Amino acid sequence: MHVRVLVRLKPGVLDPQGRAVHHALEGLGFSGIADVRVGRLIELDLADGTDHATIRQMCEQLLANTVIESYTIEAPAAGGAD
Amino acid sequence: MGFRAAVITFPGSNCDRDMAVALEAVSGTPALRIWHGDADLPEGLDLIALPGGFSYGDYLRSGAMAAQSPIMRAVVAAAARGVPVLGVCNGFQVLTEARLLPGALLRNAAQRFICRTVSLTVETTDSLFTSAYRAGETIRIPVAHHDGNYYADAATLDALEGEGRIAFRYAEEVNGSARGIAGVLSANRRILGMMPHPERAIEPAAHPALGGADGRRLFESVLAALASA
Repeated sequence: MHVRVLVRLKPGVLDPQGRAVHHALEGLGFSGIADVRVGRLIELDLADGTDHATIRQMCEQLLANTVIESYTIEAPAAGGAD
Repeated sequence: MGFRAAVITFPGSNCDRDMAVALEAVSGTPALRIWHGDADLPEGLDLIALPGGFSYGDYLRSGAMAAQSPIMRAVVAAAARGVPVLGVCNGFQVLTEARLLPGALLRNAAQRFICRTVSLTVETTDSLFTSAYRAGETIRIPVAHHDGNYYADAATLDALEGEGRIAFRYAEEVNGSARGIAGVLSANRRILGMMPHPERAIEPAAHPALGGADGRRLFESVLAALASA
């Protein structure tokens, strides 16, 4: 089964990469950009039926650093969507 | 008296030799060199040092992969027994990722890799790493990092300040670190993580741009603590 994990910096945590991208977009002439935050998409191919608690454990132990990041899990309904 | 220090090398570590040279220069005893794939540490260690570098290419997050390596389970167990642990630069990042120290190291606020000698204030002498300094003293230590911007939530920062666990602060703006934090201690004060490189400043340099000797007393502090234990 295919699972996507989206990892984002928590609100309030400074995102220098997002800021650089923001400035670069404005430099290209795009206007009306209020904010840019850069996150990370992790795609996992897992054995069918891998339970949600296991995926959550992967996130907590390695995929996200929960001191600075939050994560959301997008899994097929059979595996339990987050 | 033999000083038993171990330097851990991860794939991508690049300050492990500097650390070993500094430890031997100050203690007179060669440091043991440990590979990340080893599952066990030698018995009776007086210090474990996690060096700077780009362990595992800094994949995912700086220090994230190294924190999960076999040797880190042994380091966590040794730290729980009270073995002193020093993490410098990438080693500090590994210690936060392993949750041996609070907080995290974000990308530098100005997004640039910073490589220069900076001024630090010694915030506490109440640790086996800082006892040979004077409280409030300004010292000069090189930094070389891209992800040195210390972050922790306000409650954690307040607790660190209240418990005197900030070892060093930047005496100038460097990387955007919360409250200027350059190095923090664990609750038992036996683990120190710091972004600046004391191992690059252990002997008087021929030129002021080359290191200096202000890092030497960090290692001398550890030796003195051991001698008096």
